[in-house]
Amino acid sequence: MKTSNLIRVAGVSILKNKMRTLLTMLGIIIGVGAVIVMVAIGEGAQSQIEQQIQSLGTNMLIVTPEAASQGGVSMGAQSRPRLTTEDAEVLASEAFLLAHVSPVINSFTQAVGGTGNWRTSVLGVSPDYQQIRDWALGEGVFFDEAAVRSMRRDVVIGSTVAENLFPNGDAVGQRLRLRDVPVTVIGVLEPKGQTAGGNDMDDTILAPYTMVQTRMAGRQFIGQILASTSSPDDLGPAQEEIRQILRDTHGLAPNEPDDFTVRNQGELADAAQGMTQVMTLLLASIASISLLVGGIGIMNIMLVSVTERTREIGLRLAVGARGSDVMVQFLVESVVMSLAGGVFGVALGVAGGQTIAAFTGWNTLVSPATIGLALGFAASVGIFFGFYPARRAARMDPIEALRYE
Amino acid sequence: MEPDAGDPQRLIEARHIERVFRMGRTEVRALRGVDLQVQAGELVAIMGASGSGKSTLMNILGCLDQPTRGSYRLEGTQVETQDRDELADIRNRKIGFVFQGFNLLPRTSALENVELPLLYDRSGRRFNSRRVAAEALDRVGLADRMDHDPSELSGGQQQRVAIARALVTGPSLVLADEPTGNLDSVTSLEIMALFQELHAEGVTFLIVTHESEVSRYAERIVELRDGRVTRDAPVQDRGDARDDAAASLDAEWTAVA
Ligand SMILES: Nc1ncnc2c1ncn2[C@@H]1O[C@H](COP(=O)(O)OP(=O)(O)O)[C@@H](O)[C@H]1O
Ligand SMILES: [Mg+2]
Repeated sequence: MKTSNLIRVAGVSILKNKMRTLLTMLGIIIGVGAVIVMVAIGEGAQSQIEQQIQSLGTNMLIVTPEAASQGGVSMGAQSRPRLTTEDAEVLASEAFLLAHVSPVINSFTQAVGGTGNWRTSVLGVSPDYQQIRDWALGEGVFFDEAAVRSMRRDVVIGSTVAENLFPNGDAVGQRLRLRDVPVTVIGVLEPKGQTAGGNDMDDTILAPYTMVQTRMAGRQFIGQILASTSSPDDLGPAQEEIRQILRDTHGLAPNEPDDFTVRNQGELADAAQGMTQVMTLLLASIASISLLVGGIGIMNIMLVSVTERTREIGLRLAVGARGSDVMVQFLVESVVMSLAGGVFGVALGVAGGQTIAAFTGWNTLVSPATIGLALGFAASVGIFFGFYPARRAARMDPIEALRYE
Repeated sequence: MEPDAGDPQRLIEARHIERVFRMGRTEVRALRGVDLQVQAGELVAIMGASGSGKSTLMNILGCLDQPTRGSYRLEGTQVETQDRDELADIRNRKIGFVFQGFNLLPRTSALENVELPLLYDRSGRRFNSRRVAAEALDRVGLADRMDHDPSELSGGQQQRVAIARALVTGPSLVLADEPTGNLDSVTSLEIMALFQELHAEGVTFLIVTHESEVSRYAERIVELRDGRVTRDAPVQDRGDARDDAAASLDAEWTAVA
């Protein structure tokens, strides 16, 4: 049978039973809608996390003082992992592939000044920190190398701190006391938003690490060293270079494991992405169950339809339809039904995703690939569940079918 | 006698056709060796009591069923050796069916019902199936009823649509199984008149009936009993269905008056 005739024949019989067709399609509509909504939530979360990781900085490497092979085994006093500001300085002067290096000394402190008190974290860093985090200044300037060398008491504050202590917007030039240490605000950072974990990155004060170490933390060891390369291609080699230099500085014998860990931003992103992908897949497969139920609905209705139209099938066979013509006719009917259901389902899913986003504030994302996949899935459901009824129709004996009451 | 397979006018050549239905342990021998030859252009009535095997024979001649034994040639094609798809093609090209119960598709216009066989045409011919269907409806006198659904047509009109559907592919043979079985006597005469007219235009008909009033309008009567041909003879005083229909209508009017 010609394709145009096929579509016509299928279309005619679908339209002749509008109510039944609609009810049958409802299963597919809900199934596809559910899949779209779930994937929209999953992919929305994924793109949000990717954005947040990007906002950490560019081409970033993180060195932390934990041994990769610790595994809960106590390592003894002298081999306890540690990082020092000297490690950062050695990396800054020796590492060939690193564009920027900054130690990070974290100290939680009460800041007093302006309109009152504010508990926040003070980060002791080098001027490179600004480039590594790719963090622009809203006002004022960042402290320079000279400030680090002379332990100058100049600080740059995050926008949250600025809003709370200097609501009038006149922070630059003002004085603050950090745990009895008087400091001067010389700059205010642009807002950066929240981390993937929901922490406010703007609730922070940056100060020269030398000053923080001697006047505030009083500790020899530091929490992490941040570094960056000028190109993402250098991340891998730079990671290895850092390893070699730090092993050397720490005086580790060849058989001793690293007493630090170097990770790059890509690895962080991969880990986060892996997690959200698993989540998306899980949500999508739960939603597909409803699509499956929709498919069974189609099969049910197609079986009823084939039985009801036994005489029609007998007649078609008598006037010259081949078994394959009848088969294709019923397959096209079920695919057209499931595809139409798919189209309505996509509309429902997109609307549902937006509604959920509006009510919860979550990020939802419907990509063209998701729509294509959902429609392809709907069509396959139509073929799969339409196959058995169609074959049953195609194999009928014309004489018996014509005699059917 | 020599076999005359070469005769170009020979349409049906059925020899020793047997058809046995197996139902569990029991066997029903519906046809027990039927011989039948039909020339192109004939109008044959197949008569017989209920259960004598008329429909079974029709189904075999119409390539809907295969004989258990025997040989059937249709226009020189040996039918028993054809597969399911080839039989479908033969039905589409060479055979038109008219059923007792009309068998029109519900909620489908007369025109679309008549068009149906053309949708399955595999000859590769190019034609406008709507126009061909409309012409067939015109031939049976329903040019003004094309857009009507079967439910909007009388029994006689529905059977005319079915006859148009049988004619639409220009078949070599039209098989009608009790075509007047669901119709009143005047309408039956009108349908028989239509068969006679189409026959005069050259269509070959095999009409199954158990009513002798109907068989009067054929050229030849083949009688079946218990799956065998018991009589095969030309009709002596052949009736004109058109005249009889008119007369019977007149009679009705007089009765009313
Ligand atoms: N599919 C079938 N299965 C079993 N028996 C059948 C079948 N079709 C017909 N028969 C039997 O074959 C005989 C002839 O039937 P049929 O050809 O329908 O007779 P007619 O049309 O002359 O009334 C009957 O006894 C009928 O019961
Ligand atoms: Mg019968």
